[in-house]
Amino acid sequence: MRYLCLIYLDEKALAAIPERETSALNARHLEFNEGLLDSGHFVEAEALQPAAASTCVRVRNGKVALTDGPYAETKEMVAGFYLIEARDLNEAIQVASRIPSAPLGTVEVRPCRDLEVDGVAHKASRKPR
Amino acid sequence: MAADSPDVRSVVDAVYRAESRRVLATLIRQLGDFDVAEEAVHEAFVAAVERWPAEGVPDNPRAWLITVGRFKAIDRLRRRSRHDVPLDDVVEQVEAIAGGAAPGADEGVEDDRLRLVFTCCHPALAADAQVALTLREVCGLTTEEIARAYLVPPPTVAQRIVRAKAKIRDARIPYEVPGRGELPQRLASVLRVIYLVFNEGYLASSGESLTRHDLSAEAIRLGRLLVELLPEPEAVGLLALMLLHESRRGARTTPAGDLVLLADQDRSLWDRARIADAVRLAEGALASRRFGPYTIQAAIAAVHAEAPSAETTDWPQIVALYDALLELEPSPVVELNRAVAVAMRDGPAAGLALVDALLVRGELADYHLAHSARADLRRRLGQTEGARESYRAALALARQGPERRFLERRLAELG
Repeated sequence: MRYLCLIYLDEKALAAIPERETSALNARHLEFNEGLLDSGHFVEAEALQPAAASTCVRVRNGKVALTDGPYAETKEMVAGFYLIEARDLNEAIQVASRIPSAPLGTVEVRPCRDLEVDGVAHKASRKPR
Repeated sequence: MAADSPDVRSVVDAVYRAESRRVLATLIRQLGDFDVAEEAVHEAFVAAVERWPAEGVPDNPRAWLITVGRFKAIDRLRRRSRHDVPLDDVVEQVEAIAGGAAPGADEGVEDDRLRLVFTCCHPALAADAQVALTLREVCGLTTEEIARAYLVPPPTVAQRIVRAKAKIRDARIPYEVPGRGELPQRLASVLRVIYLVFNEGYLASSGESLTRHDLSAEAIRLGRLLVELLPEPEAVGLLALMLLHESRRGARTTPAGDLVLLADQDRSLWDRARIADAVRLAEGALASRRFGPYTIQAAIAAVHAEAPSAETTDWPQIVALYDALLELEPSPVVELNRAVAVAMRDGPAAGLALVDALLVRGELADYHLAHSARADLRRRLGQTEGARESYRAALALARQGPERRFLERRLAELG
């Protein structure tokens, strides 16, 4: 069975943490990923950009409508995900608007980010060894 | 030019006014970052003030500024590399910049301006951020000027711009003119921003002043720029529409700042040269057969502009144009306008039936113009008490000084 573990954080509180501490937190994440790889649990992981970098994509009557910011409704729940590689946001939006469920709900397109440890960027995503 | 010539300063100023937005647009492409490019533009003009008096004004000031701006930015990135950023990253970045930028900097300059327009109006940015960013980056307005025009504190505008730039960077919004497939939708977003700026200047949504001329003039300038860069029929239609509205500016308020309705305006005050220009543009857009809602609205405004009076206006033609507009873009506000035109064509009773039905549907219940249109039709039908009731309903919803005074006057006239 596969499980998706979603991480929810208070962005304001996160931004207030001193850089040395976020650096240590990121290092622990990378170390944790290594451990999961060893134990065979790891499939994929990504750190995400802040919610403000999000764009919501809706397809209605064949037309694509975009709104700035994260998905804010509470009635609908996360039902699935695609992790995609795209050249830029325009390409990501084009792919997102082709997702078969897009006409039924909303697809939030959120860019991924690197994990910085002591000023050096690391990918959270690792191919299994 | 002589080394100590005081004229150099004014030459730099003139070049700044004419070229700074083009220089910025190209440097954003070359440097890949709004903030780095803005700093580079600033440094390039500082260098011009320092060096042009001695070296003379270059033959191609724009190319000079782009080259100097790019080198200054590369210098700064190199200096920074000694401090906080790993050297490899910077070297890579600098090489990408130096390699990607052809020094024959004039090529594609207009494409860069268009890239800038499309990026600032990207639909993944918040609507108010699109407007602020366009006024700041494309038009060169200062944060303070934008804040004053929109009656918001300058830090609010600054915040919107900072957030928009962060999103462009973080979400990697590309700096490009959209391809054929995407163009119609992306162009619609650009046109919406331009029309929002125009309307904010023309029908300020709150406050005392009915016309904030600078914003409308800025929107028309933007509209002309867009038509020059990308002569799509709807862009032409929007420019025609704005020019037609603008042609009536002198007639739509009294010297005391009170509102004058279209029917009551002194048509000799309308700007005939602007109207002729706009009608020519609108006809061109209509002839393309690829027009949209802005062109139809321009056509409606043109029918008004060419009529000697409200009574002699071609109302059947206006109703037909509203029908076409409704087909393209159904909206209760357009239905309201159509109802008013029907009242002119078939009499107030026919119009009132449509307005009543619209209000029953509820979407326009809080729209003051729906109630004032209803009031006006009831007044023309001699339903004094009903008219009074509707004027009061409109007054309870209207926020703008001149509009409120107009409604109060009408109410007083009813006795």
